[in-house]
Amino acid sequence: MKISVTVNGQVQERDVEPRTLLVHFLRENLGLTGTHIGCETTICGACTVHLDGRAVKSCTMFAVQVDGRAVTTVEGLAKDAEHLHPIQTGFWEEHGLQCGYCTPGMIMTTSALLAENANPSEAEIRHAIEGNICRCTGYQQIVNAVQHAARLGKGAR
Amino acid sequence: MPVRPVSVGQRIKRREDPRLIRGLSSYTDDFKLHGMLHAAFVRSDYAAGKIEKIDASRALARKGVVAVYTFDDLRGKVGRTPCVARPEPGRDAEHPLLADKFVRWVGQPIAVVIAEDRYVARDGALDVSVEITPLPANIDLKRALEPDAPRVYADHKDNIALHIPRSMNPEVEKLFAEADGVVKLELVNQKVAPVSMEGRAVLAHWDEGPQKLTLWTSTQVPHLVKQSVAQCLGLSEIRIRVIAPEVGGGFGAKIPVYAEECLLPWISKQLRRPVKWSETRTENLMGTTHGRGHIHEIEGAYKKTGELLALRGRVISDCGAYPSFFGASIATFTPLMMPGCYRVKAIDVEVVVVYTNTMATDAYRGAGRPEAAYTVERVLDEVAVATGLDAVEVRRRNFIPKSAFPFTTATGAVYDSGDYELSLAKALERFDYPAARAKQAKARAEGKLVGIGVATFTEICGLGPSTGASPIQRTGSWEAGMVRVEPTGNVIITTGVSPHGQGQETAFAQMAADAFGIDGNDVEVLHGDTDVVTHGVGTFGSRGLVVGGTAVHMALEKVKAKASRIAAHLLDAKPDQVTFDGESFRVTGGERKMSFRQVAEAAHLWNVPIPGEEPGLEAVARFEPTGTTFPFGAHFCEVEVDPDTGEVALTRYLAVDDAGKIVNPLLADGQRLGGIIQGLGQAMCEEVVYDESGQLLTATLMDYAMPKAHMFPRIELDTTCTPTHLNPLGAKGIGELGTIGSTPCIVSAVLDALRPRGVKHLDMPLKSERVWRALQEAAR
Repeated sequence: MKISVTVNGQVQERDVEPRTLLVHFLRENLGLTGTHIGCETTICGACTVHLDGRAVKSCTMFAVQVDGRAVTTVEGLAKDAEHLHPIQTGFWEEHGLQCGYCTPGMIMTTSALLAENANPSEAEIRHAIEGNICRCTGYQQIVNAVQHAARLGKGAR
Repeated sequence: MPVRPVSVGQRIKRREDPRLIRGLSSYTDDFKLHGMLHAAFVRSDYAAGKIEKIDASRALARKGVVAVYTFDDLRGKVGRTPCVARPEPGRDAEHPLLADKFVRWVGQPIAVVIAEDRYVARDGALDVSVEITPLPANIDLKRALEPDAPRVYADHKDNIALHIPRSMNPEVEKLFAEADGVVKLELVNQKVAPVSMEGRAVLAHWDEGPQKLTLWTSTQVPHLVKQSVAQCLGLSEIRIRVIAPEVGGGFGAKIPVYAEECLLPWISKQLRRPVKWSETRTENLMGTTHGRGHIHEIEGAYKKTGELLALRGRVISDCGAYPSFFGASIATFTPLMMPGCYRVKAIDVEVVVVYTNTMATDAYRGAGRPEAAYTVERVLDEVAVATGLDAVEVRRRNFIPKSAFPFTTATGAVYDSGDYELSLAKALERFDYPAARAKQAKARAEGKLVGIGVATFTEICGLGPSTGASPIQRTGSWEAGMVRVEPTGNVIITTGVSPHGQGQETAFAQMAADAFGIDGNDVEVLHGDTDVVTHGVGTFGSRGLVVGGTAVHMALEKVKAKASRIAAHLLDAKPDQVTFDGESFRVTGGERKMSFRQVAEAAHLWNVPIPGEEPGLEAVARFEPTGTTFPFGAHFCEVEVDPDTGEVALTRYLAVDDAGKIVNPLLADGQRLGGIIQGLGQAMCEEVVYDESGQLLTATLMDYAMPKAHMFPRIELDTTCTPTHLNPLGAKGIGELGTIGSTPCIVSAVLDALRPRGVKHLDMPLKSERVWRALQEAAR
């Protein structure tokens, strides 16, 4: 099937098998390997991307379902190394990642959280990332990273 | 005094992060090579059975399927699945890369389908029909030891892989006779799945021109992969380059060299095309090594004073269906570490490692030591109950005193350094223990089930010397580090350890920055590529900094010594007149000096030759530990149990850890926090479950319960610093500390909460159902 998807601001037209998962479309057809696969069952959140601005898990969506819509992946957050998204800065400053595998998903989930709620409480942050599993950090430094980004966000306004 | 700020000891953010937070680095599955094929495995649906027939004709007829291989294609051409801790003949098992006639666990690879496309490979795997006659499966650990139990290997006389009998030490029996009482426990340390967020992945490329294999694999030990694959396939290791690119977590499960890592190179060589395989989460849960899987039958002899005199009993360890890489040796660490931080006078514990029709076990964050710490802490809690003493007081009365170090324990371990009183005192103060107990008493009076847990513990890190920490393990314990200085004075470090989240690129750059007085950004740290890095060992057992970092430190010192000699010559001084002040080599008592960069340039230009020296500036060093380090800590926590549902809420957690000197406290905090939650995960929810026929019931993350963010309060951290004399960094190792302390700590708290209701015993995981049942049982 032919689909047309805006990915990180660029229109991408591709012919895909109907069964192609969105995550495989991003990784294999478009070469955007920042989005990872961790469980194939919507539990771990490593594959989280934004679909029309909302965080979704791309391992349990078909590519054809995003025809005509806009997807943002982790590669689309910062235009270069000097212009990181505040949430990326937060993860860096607060040591919010170790092996880095869950990180793109965590970043996409928490950037969507901050877009909705610029000043989340610790409980709200922990609730927001319930659908993202990290095996390395024990989550605390991820919470710190989100709080850091929230502070940066305040400075920006 | 150094004239520039020192980097070591500072909270420096990681140089690894910029590439990772932008999704611009590559894990194994991210690589795509020209002509690359995809592999999918056909795996056993049965825990035990005889393979009657494999029919791949439908798969081979499918468009896009290139080949299907079974063991018949491999017979006589490849070796067994790599294993460096082999049981004795008669108990060892030649585990094949693909099932040979029999299957022995659910998930065992039987056939592999190679196709042009990932999806087609999976379609092809579903096309392969395998007829299996089921055989009785051996799942239960204790049942496996009975004479009439089904045998995992029919030609073995029993299901035992390794047996270390009790020594029948008369001292133990004497101490038991002298005791005021004996506590007796049977403790289950359940099987858990390591669940690195990136599963295993392998990309093999045999290049027929240069006759060279390049193997990208998600491993903690690229050098051991190289050796093992060479041996299995009968290739020279100089024809193999192993690359561990970004690795998405390991936790011990990526130490073993697996069948898939040997098989894909062989297939690539047959087909002369690159082949890739990335495991699914279900494959990960059924076919990547599990951890723990122990039953401990333990008795502790104590005095009324709370003194723990002796321990005796049996450790039964689940080997799984075959001896994995280190697998059979892991349980040998358990009796060794059972004394914990206590002066127990004698220990006599039998170890039985048992084959079962389940996935093999191997190292998992702590590897044998968490099991030991869990048991001795549970014993001490029972001693406290039996003597009426406070749980903290019992621990304190048994501590090895600071003055006794280095201390040889009852099991022969030589503890390098320790000050258990110091970390406990700090924890008591930070936790405000008396206030916490008062609060608990008040809550209890209101009918609430509030408990306070304590664990004081030590563990063994940075194993060495190579002469053998475990009787059956065959790898060196040293590590290699290389420092190469470019003509500009910029520095390249290579290390034999293979960090995958630990942050050693940052830590080693900090060390180089301090050594040479240069900016950390002018240091590159390379690892995980066997063509780039001098032969080394890898990352496990909290050895990255302790052993790998020491090797780098030694190489830095060698380079600095040569730089100093060059500087002396150029400054027209005697070598012993020159010192490095943190920025420059200076002649003592004078103004003459040279920066490290000036020396580096001179060393390469060589227009002023230095007598007795070679041009250039680089050094390789290997650190062979003369002994092991023993970091320690004191953890406290508070829980509240819902009496109606049995749900456990962790309301407070404090960790005071001592890992000696810390190179980067930010990274150290990360290691501790992650480890604590991983240990709490085992205690609270994680469990690999097989049914009695050997079906895996926890084969997705919908069924295998992982610790998640909302389950935990903010963990409070503090430290003490008791350096080790065994390495020049003074570092003791930190990767596994949290996991070792947190598991017994929370179980101690939950039992403390439930004892007033008559609950005397619980096994992990402390799921609400289990806790609720214990409450119901006790109420009867």
